[in-house]
Amino acid sequence: MLTCKEASRLVSQGLDRRLGFGKRLRLRVHLAICDGCSNFRKQMDFLHKAVARLKERT
Amino acid sequence: MDDFRAQVEGQRAYLLRYATLQLRDRHAAEDAVQETLLAALDGETGFAGRSNLRTWLTGILKHKIIDAIRRASREATLLPPEPDTSEFDALFDATGHWAEPPAAWPEPDASLEQKQFFAALEACLAKLPAKTAQAFMLREHMGFETGDICKELGVTATHCWVLLYRARMALRECLQASWFRK
Repeated sequence: MLTCKEASRLVSQGLDRRLGFGKRLRLRVHLAICDGCSNFRKQMDFLHKAVARLKERT
Repeated sequence: MDDFRAQVEGQRAYLLRYATLQLRDRHAAEDAVQETLLAALDGETGFAGRSNLRTWLTGILKHKIIDAIRRASREATLLPPEPDTSEFDALFDATGHWAEPPAAWPEPDASLEQKQFFAALEACLAKLPAKTAQAFMLREHMGFETGDICKELGVTATHCWVLLYRARMALRECLQASWFRK
């Protein structure tokens, strides 16, 4: 079972490279039961979107 | 000719903002913009109205920014040494669970319509350590692959992921405190 610390790191890495099957699976299981990490993941997606908009705006 | 010169010059403020966001150093940013404007005026025939002037200039500027980062990581003058990652230990308890689990951000998409939100985001970006910010902006703002970023910054792949993780964690914390506070 992943800890939140590990899960948050994998969420971040997943934005930069394709995670291996095992890691993806463990992350998915963790996210399914952990609200904190699931919110964290949504926030990372939002951050990505926000920085892309920053590009349009500047 | 003079008309073109004026149009190019008119993009200076935009380019400077772009370069400053990336380079985090006013002088380095001014140098990169100056080089870009000179290259643009030299290569006027290269433009020939094929694309949007700003897009064309930004394309040149990106190369100048990469050159500056490359020079800086060779000389290591722009970049102060990085702190270690223990800064995030406080966010998790001894068993690796969130000390304070992230709460859902209310209506995040509405924030994207607000000017003040982007000011808050820029303020948060400005607080990041230089190399952390550069890695993050190369990845998220300029869309480079992690492998290329590591090479440009002269760090290992693992270090690169740590930099990106650190940037995202810090930006999350900062936006939570400055924008999404209850």
